[in-house]
Amino acid sequence: MSKKELLNIENLAINYITDDGTVKAVNGIDIKLDKGETLGLVGETGAGKTTTALGIMRLVPNPPGKIIEGKIEFEGRDLLEVEEEEMRMIRGNKISMIFQDPMTSLNPVMTVGEQISEVIEIHQDLNRQDAMKKAEEMLELVGISKTRSNNYPHQFSGGMKQRVIIAISLACNPQLLIADEPTTALDVTIQAQVLDLMNDLKEEFHTAMILITHDLGVVSEVCDKVAIMYAGEIIESATLKQLFENPKHPYTLGLFGSIPNLEEESHRLKPIKGLMPDPTNLPTGCKFHPRCPYGTDLCSKQHPKAIEIEEGHRVKCLIYEGLVDAEVKK
Amino acid sequence: MHKYIFKRLLLLIPVLLGVTFIVFTIMSFTPGDPAQLILGESAPPEKVEELRAEMGLDDPFLVQYFRFVGNALRGDFGRSYRTKREVFAEIFARFPNTLILTIVAIAIAVAIGIPVGIISATKQYSLMDSISMVGALLGVSMPNFWLGLMLILAFSVGLGWLPFAGFEGASSIILPAITLGTGAAAIITRMTRSSMLEVIRQDYIRTARAKGVAEKKVVNKHALKNALIPVITVVGLQFGYLLGGAVLTETVFSWPGVGRLLVEAIKQKDTPTVLASVVFMATTFSFVNLLVDILYAYVDPRIKSQYSK
Repeated sequence: MSKKELLNIENLAINYITDDGTVKAVNGIDIKLDKGETLGLVGETGAGKTTTALGIMRLVPNPPGKIIEGKIEFEGRDLLEVEEEEMRMIRGNKISMIFQDPMTSLNPVMTVGEQISEVIEIHQDLNRQDAMKKAEEMLELVGISKTRSNNYPHQFSGGMKQRVIIAISLACNPQLLIADEPTTALDVTIQAQVLDLMNDLKEEFHTAMILITHDLGVVSEVCDKVAIMYAGEIIESATLKQLFENPKHPYTLGLFGSIPNLEEESHRLKPIKGLMPDPTNLPTGCKFHPRCPYGTDLCSKQHPKAIEIEEGHRVKCLIYEGLVDAEVKK
Repeated sequence: MHKYIFKRLLLLIPVLLGVTFIVFTIMSFTPGDPAQLILGESAPPEKVEELRAEMGLDDPFLVQYFRFVGNALRGDFGRSYRTKREVFAEIFARFPNTLILTIVAIAIAVAIGIPVGIISATKQYSLMDSISMVGALLGVSMPNFWLGLMLILAFSVGLGWLPFAGFEGASSIILPAITLGTGAAAIITRMTRSSMLEVIRQDYIRTARAKGVAEKKVVNKHALKNALIPVITVVGLQFGYLLGGAVLTETVFSWPGVGRLLVEAIKQKDTPTVLASVVFMATTFSFVNLLVDILYAYVDPRIKSQYSK
């Protein structure tokens, strides 16, 4: 393991075991992340992005969720092995998380100052007053006047709430920040502000980040690396440049193809045909084959392996294993 | 906030007018002649007529009602037909007994209901949860008087630990308070459980966990305060309900409270006592409700900001 490496996830699998069947949310994913690096985790709703994030925090609701296998190495230690008490000291401190919906992610009966200072009090050796002072500094840092630390969440707008959440998540200078669709619930203009803020703070604190999103535009602005998730698997991972200039997997191409083009005259959007498979009943072989324009019989039988086609660019598709003959184009 | 409280107090006026009007109507149009009741079965009809005229019972119904309201506004609720004593004095003599019984009962109910509800919710589907839910079901289903009698049988007659009736010293309150509080405890348990179950799934609870807050603190600080809002409503309603509904318990334990006074007054058509008791209970009930609403503001800042509008 190199000195720069911060996070190394290998073969992580997470299931939700319910009465209606087992939901295979995450199926053997590998993620590597260096210090200060930003990874974009992209995929449709239900691809397993949030579950992956919760898995890293060890916050997958159990029951029904269960981490079946794999390892999550963080700073050289497997998080799946550490005691709960120790894990608690990592959460909010070394790894913190920003959730999708700022409207519901803050406790309505606590002031925002209390909610920020709480995380500082837990993880840093500060008394209540000092923690509150630091919390006020954090508020200023995210662009909210410290005079508002006595206010309650309902007195803030959605964008400001998300700023408060960012303040909470960065209060203890985490090594890793997991942002789960941090801008999805916000207006487009506010999205840009929040993204800029996150970007600036990330640089300032040298924080590595996993940005979960389904917006490739956001990825192109913020990320160094990208991993595309489909049905609980990472089907393609590459650097930002590689992925945007030379996407390989038919699904990734489909994603790019579905972005409307400003220069081209078109009357209809071009979605990827079909729907995400039912996670309780995933297709055999390659999970994308029922929707894939190049799908063959073999695709429905053989599960593709991850192939490294150039350094740092891995793709899971039988075409690149040389087993299916097709020319993939944009 | 002060404006809100003032508004609520003003609202008490139509409530009391409505309540007294309904009770007055019922008392006026149900059979039985108060004059006859006062003078006894064997009184000569002329005497009864005379007294009726004197009491103004021959006046039109509305005239009688507004005379009552006018007198009540001056604090004069009249004298009991039975005991000839001032009704308010009589109620005041008994009300503290009912109040103490109710407070102890609701305290027992809260002390049992909230912790059991929390444990039930945090350990959903566990053995502990099943036991407390069956217990809660029994609690709401058992009739008060039956439970009271069983408790007397066990602890007074059988074991001889506690007095079985009356009002002698602190120990005599235990059995009636348990009897009265059991139903409320069951309801509060169920309410706390369901409210807690809802809150514990909220996003902000996940946020708290993601901050590294210890699970105990997640439950007792982050979740509980949110979960308490509906529980406070139920506690307030139960308190008012127990206050007025302690009749059976008071009867079983010969507890000298307002509930028993009211029932006896109804039986003997003692209109002034009935009206005064009802006014008293309605007022107390309204005050308890107001208190609950004020409490909300302290628990939930969103409600507080609404009050100040």
